[in-house]
Amino acid sequence: MRYLPLTPDDRAEMLGVIGAPDVDALFADVPAAARKRDLFDLPLHAGELEVERELARLAAMNRPAGAGPFFCGAGAYRHHVPATVDHIIQRSEFLTSYTPYQPEIAQGTLQVLFEFQTQVAALTGLDVANASMYDGSTACAEAVMMAQRVTRREKAILSGGLHPHYAATTQTIAHAEGMEIVRQQAAIDAEAAVIEAIDGETACVVVQTPNVFGVVTDVTRIAEAAHAKGALLIVVTTEAVSYGLLKSPGDMGADIAVAEGQSIGNALNYGGPYVGLFAAREKLVRQMPGRLCGETIDAEGRRGYVLTLSTREQHIRREKATSNICTNSGLCALAFTIHLSLLGETGLKQLAALNHSRAREMRAALAGVGLEILTPRFFNEIAVRVPGDAGAIVEKALADGVVAGVPYSRLDPHAGLDDVLLLAATETTTSDDIAALAAALTKACAQ
Amino acid sequence: MSMSNVGRPTRPEGAVASTAHQSLSGGRGLLQDEPLLFELGGWDKTGVDLPLPEHDASDLGDLVRAGPIGLAGLSEPEAVRHYVRLSQKNHAIDLALYPLGSCTMKHNPRLNEKAARMAGFADLHPLQPQSTTQGALALMDRLAHWLKTLTGMPAVALSPKAGAHGELCGLLCIKAAHEAAGQGHRRRVLVPTSAHGTNPATAAFVGYSVTEIAQTADGRVDLSDLESKLGPDVAAIMVTNPNTCGLFERDILEISRLTHAAGAYFYCDGANFNAIVGRVRPGDLGVDAMHINLHKTFSTPHGGGGPGAGPVVLSEALAPFAPAPWVVSDAHGLRLVEEAVDEAAQAFGRMSAFHGQMGMFVRAYAYMLSHGSDGLRQVAEDAVLNANYVKARLSAEMSPAFPEGPCMHEALFDDAWLEDTGVTTLDFAKAMIDEGFHPMTMYFPLVVHGAMLIEPTETEPKAELDRFCEALLALARAAKAGDVDRFKGAPYLAPLRRLDETLAARKPKLTWKPEPAASEAA
Repeated sequence: MRYLPLTPDDRAEMLGVIGAPDVDALFADVPAAARKRDLFDLPLHAGELEVERELARLAAMNRPAGAGPFFCGAGAYRHHVPATVDHIIQRSEFLTSYTPYQPEIAQGTLQVLFEFQTQVAALTGLDVANASMYDGSTACAEAVMMAQRVTRREKAILSGGLHPHYAATTQTIAHAEGMEIVRQQAAIDAEAAVIEAIDGETACVVVQTPNVFGVVTDVTRIAEAAHAKGALLIVVTTEAVSYGLLKSPGDMGADIAVAEGQSIGNALNYGGPYVGLFAAREKLVRQMPGRLCGETIDAEGRRGYVLTLSTREQHIRREKATSNICTNSGLCALAFTIHLSLLGETGLKQLAALNHSRAREMRAALAGVGLEILTPRFFNEIAVRVPGDAGAIVEKALADGVVAGVPYSRLDPHAGLDDVLLLAATETTTSDDIAALAAALTKACAQ
Repeated sequence: MSMSNVGRPTRPEGAVASTAHQSLSGGRGLLQDEPLLFELGGWDKTGVDLPLPEHDASDLGDLVRAGPIGLAGLSEPEAVRHYVRLSQKNHAIDLALYPLGSCTMKHNPRLNEKAARMAGFADLHPLQPQSTTQGALALMDRLAHWLKTLTGMPAVALSPKAGAHGELCGLLCIKAAHEAAGQGHRRRVLVPTSAHGTNPATAAFVGYSVTEIAQTADGRVDLSDLESKLGPDVAAIMVTNPNTCGLFERDILEISRLTHAAGAYFYCDGANFNAIVGRVRPGDLGVDAMHINLHKTFSTPHGGGGPGAGPVVLSEALAPFAPAPWVVSDAHGLRLVEEAVDEAAQAFGRMSAFHGQMGMFVRAYAYMLSHGSDGLRQVAEDAVLNANYVKARLSAEMSPAFPEGPCMHEALFDDAWLEDTGVTTLDFAKAMIDEGFHPMTMYFPLVVHGAMLIEPTETEPKAELDRFCEALLALARAAKAGDVDRFKGAPYLAPLRRLDETLAARKPKLTWKPEPAASEAA
């Protein structure tokens, strides 16, 4: 077996040093009834060629997003990632190291995390950011539980514009801890209902912009309403590229901002691994979940970085920790940071403007097809009303080689929005793609 | 696995200069002194060339950001150099043995990286029509089959994103099962004192209280203490097996019998599954739920702290409560059930958006196919053999915490052998860095004084184990011979000397901010 270096001679010699007759003797503590003598009913080992062939066979049964016109978004976005990013994250020193518990020999990872935290704080317009969460949805759940710790209140209000998977994740996790989670009805424009619902027992309100229907909202009024009642505002973003064009959560009064960072540096990967961004106001830092990297000096006075404020964390505080998170999304955070370094301020703004421009072109084409546009102000994603079932329309368009977006009912079958279709355009979307979309939808809607 | 701060200083003591010779520029030979991205001055720079947009953003009015963001940019050559220079300041499994106990730092095959990057997996959107993702669903289905077969458990929830997330998933299943059976008053979880910090943290996360179970002198769960603490309010026990002392719980069948007799469920922390994969099925031990860290046992890369993946295998009793999504087979092929409605109204909810760590599933499946049932059995045997070899060799100078009998895949030492040397576990670990090795897990488990937990894994050749043992034995002799400076000031030869963690925590500086002119960071 190519990954196992010991030879039979090595094994015999080592057993001699140990003083054991055979390797079975090393498993003597396992109850006899539980020791499996026979091999399990699974295939035997295989060479690299055979394994690669089998995986290529499975991969070929899928249609990659890049195989044709493609308009799915709804929390995961297809962007171009520079080749440099994937090259650097595969360097042994980044790929095959672990959480930087020994800072003297992990300054590479730690300095990257410090850069990552600085970038995330800048993007969200907040003071501090952690070293990443699993993804946007779990970051959202953690933010709600953090609001409970800060306010000592139990109620969280989730806007009807929040991605249904985020709402379900938050409901599952935060409710388990004992919080009351109020999920508002799905709504394209959710602002008024959110403000209406805030009361003196509210720990936080969770609002997404651009929301799951693509609507961009100035949440300043929601922030004012929340703060007037002593509640926190959590702003969720599932398309991180939008930070390059839109007002930041911090500028609009958010206390905590969480986001899915996949759009920057990371492939679609059929839903994971992704990278959760988590930022907050400075005064809340000691209630934050997850790893934090901080600057310090070494014994010779040279600048360096360490994991810090670890008294919040499970390995010190155990059942009193702010979160149970341990391993997070280090390598995806690295990809995010490298891509964002390549973009810089200039590139991110250009990229965001380009995404919006592509979406404007797509909007015009969808209106040309005669579809009702439901999203008044958008970044790169639009909701439209289609005649009949959106899932059926997507299947028909697929027959013409176009992946025409995500039916809202796939995210939430109970919302009664079966005729709503979500479509995203990015810099990877061409005018030809948009023309093909228009043609396929015209045909599908006419049938 | 984490490094506990308990019992160790977080502030470097008086330092001696590491080398007499200093360069004029701050560099050290091939090791460059690399500033932060934000100090490289690239406020207007970019490393991408993008076309100009055809439409502006005038339709968004004052929703558009007015001021600057505050991001720095680099041209491509500068970016490559910046991050390659930083990479060289990291230790990695590809460089040398990385014996972090309970982290299972084994070789990461590059075939797995190649497979995960195939367009049919990497460029696949989680919400595109399922008819276009049949290969991905087939892979999830096959992975589930392997995990179920290897553990002897009937069901698996694939979506948890890491070990701690898997623990949460398992406890939520247990909570849902108790509630469905009218046993919602069971709100206490029993956890051995040697448990990893995520166990009590997760229990608290789901609103349970935690009671510790005592440990016997030979490093196992104290059965009588367990029995006395089990009762009608106990929801579950959380036991790691092999445990964090690197030992198999000999009384595991009795532990599960007592637990079930008391109406509680047995959650097993599967962090140490590498020791028994292919030889022992947790299902045969009476386990009800166990997470499997794909980034440990199945070698998906640790990536400097993730991403991981933590699928949870479940017993018959807990399977109906598993969260969405899962894969089923019907007339149209494979189908992903994303919303638990009619088909399984008992499912407890959702662990995260989408379907889990697909990129890790591909890597883990490639690893499984490469090893096969025969190779995986050999993995466990060689992992245990390597750990016992290290234990046997190092026992010449160091004191094993549990000298009697074999260990499993990790060897645990205490600091009794350092008594009167003036050298602590931390000092010893830092001196290992100068010898070219990553330190072992220190001060964990908490039940062993000055603990040093060494997990070599099965992918270490004997020659590397010997090199490692000889370096540690030489250090041990130096400590006993009174060569204290070698330890107190260590590391001398790393990119940085010991770092001041107390300072970092007292005045947290978590982001770069432009400094007023000429006030150089201290």
